[in-house]
Amino acid sequence: MSKDKFTTLKTTAVPLPNENIDTDQIIPARFLKATTREGFGDNLFRDWRYNAEDKPVPEFVLNDAKYSGKILVAGKNFGCGSSREHAAWAIYDYGFRVVVSSFFADIFKNNALNNGLLPIVVSDQFLKQVLQAVEEKPSTEIVVDLENQILQVGAVKESFEINKYKKTCMINGYDDIDYLLSLNKEIREFDVAH
Amino acid sequence: MSQLKPKTIFEKIWDSHVVKRAEGYPDALFIDRHFIHEVTSPQAFDGLKKRGIPVFNTSRTTATADHNVPTKDQHLPIKEALSRHQVETLRKNCKEFGVELYDLGHAYQGIVHIIGPELGLTQPGMTIVCGDSHTSTHGAFGNIAFGIGTSEVEQVLATQCILQYKPKTMKIEINGKLGKGVVSKDIILYIISKISASGATGFFVEYAGDAITSLSMEARMTICNMSIEMGARGGLIAPDETTFNYIRGRKFAPQGEAFDRKVEEWKKLKTDKGASYDSVLTFDAADIGPMITYGTNPGMGMKVTDRIPTIAELKEISEQHSFTKSLEYMGLEPGSSLLGKSIDYVFIGSCTNARIEDLRLVADMVKGKTKASNVEVWVVPGSKQVEDQARREGLDKIFEAAGFELRSPGCSACLGMNEDKVPAGKYCISTSNRNFEGRQGPKSRTFLASPLSAAAAAITGRVTDVREFV
Repeated sequence: MSKDKFTTLKTTAVPLPNENIDTDQIIPARFLKATTREGFGDNLFRDWRYNAEDKPVPEFVLNDAKYSGKILVAGKNFGCGSSREHAAWAIYDYGFRVVVSSFFADIFKNNALNNGLLPIVVSDQFLKQVLQAVEEKPSTEIVVDLENQILQVGAVKESFEINKYKKTCMINGYDDIDYLLSLNKEIREFDVAH
Repeated sequence: MSQLKPKTIFEKIWDSHVVKRAEGYPDALFIDRHFIHEVTSPQAFDGLKKRGIPVFNTSRTTATADHNVPTKDQHLPIKEALSRHQVETLRKNCKEFGVELYDLGHAYQGIVHIIGPELGLTQPGMTIVCGDSHTSTHGAFGNIAFGIGTSEVEQVLATQCILQYKPKTMKIEINGKLGKGVVSKDIILYIISKISASGATGFFVEYAGDAITSLSMEARMTICNMSIEMGARGGLIAPDETTFNYIRGRKFAPQGEAFDRKVEEWKKLKTDKGASYDSVLTFDAADIGPMITYGTNPGMGMKVTDRIPTIAELKEISEQHSFTKSLEYMGLEPGSSLLGKSIDYVFIGSCTNARIEDLRLVADMVKGKTKASNVEVWVVPGSKQVEDQARREGLDKIFEAAGFELRSPGCSACLGMNEDKVPAGKYCISTSNRNFEGRQGPKSRTFLASPLSAAAAAITGRVTDVREFV
């Protein structure tokens, strides 16, 4: 799928400091039954966001009017558990373009990058600063500069790592299949030999 | 040619599957075997349709329906419309693209990670992927098997390759003899409780040591299955005679002389002397007891005789918030013991523990006994073949006499996606792999444990130290 291109982003953020947020929380299994990629945002964090009567839970951060923006800031080990790409689709479909955490689970990280959702790994210390800044002042603007790999929050900033290939894909909206299809001949030969 | 550098088994398999390694790109890794199911494949097939391309090699792809399927009355149409639509979509896609499907009612249908090994599709030295994190199960046969997302399922369908960076390697060695009542599920729950739910993220694990090599294939699969629960990309065990004996004669395994030739190849799949890992952990089997989880991630586990930690005992201050929230969800007090706690459901099933050996363990334990009146007990075989075998061995009669319900194969109450759900607020001792909030149904509460411990709890109706029974 061709994806949106990502260069820079200036926006506010939503804080979710819980650690070990698994993909079952991001999107519970009973909402994985669609056969398209769209619409999962409605059920993002479903069981934290709505109670058993489907009424919004006021204290949950997505229901708190003071928070908005295209960045989700979450506690460490974000996206652990099930490989469901629906988790990345749900976060993107809801309107987020970036997730900031001090640690991501591997499969989620790949899924996010394959869908134009940028996972940014920051230090534990910086994560604490970002969460604090956003919670104290929800209008705090955060700047993501992918080209220069800088995350700036108010007066403080930290550089982040992203591998060169994935960075190129994000900036240009490329996907992996384009590259693999160009290797068709080599793959055919390999297939026959094995 | 330079002198050969000693390699781990992981590196040997990985390196022999790299179709292209180019500066600035991840490796293009050839995939020998691709398993698909109804939940994570529809959007991938859509991608192929949009590009107008076929499945690269249909003989390397196998499909089954497992996540959405009911475990009762499987001959009837699936009641829930969305689940039915997803299974029907799989049928249509498999037909259109020429992929073999073991559908509901087929003699080979079952949980994708159970049918691969039992059909002999899973073999040593392979690369195996599936849009499911528990693909790590197949690593028990000495191969590189890992879960992928749907975009990657599309890549593999389209090109039989996946773009991946090589993970780091970790060796987890367990030596010594397991104690009474301790089985392979306890080994992996113990390891995860020691290194946490993210302790192996970024790594591919090799399990070794005599406590591992003495295990059956079924028991090895249980361990590799839960590699993902500590964040690992996958986990494998070098193949040996136990592995070869398991594969011999299975439906899609090489037969006769071809099999013998394969075994000679497979025997070379060992980590070389002097090869190094990025991390090595060692545990003593004697330290492991029957395990149980108390929280909402698989790292929150303990010996059933231990007590839940207090907030003061947590390693890091940053954990406090999540720990407190987790125990509130579970309705448990910090510092308390779980022994004797009343439970409501017992689930014996899932890709972790629904093989014939698991069912035999449970049947041996409950033979001549009956379940406690306060619990409902579901035994859900991992595949049609496991179910048939259980019936041939008369296990169904033992379960029936004990008040256990033997159902039809599927993922069942492991993930709250089909009809089998644990009601809100209820406690379930489960042989599955995840105790996440709502995993077994909205607001359900899960204690992960071994099939033996689950069977003991079914009899007493409460959290029990299985050693009282064995």
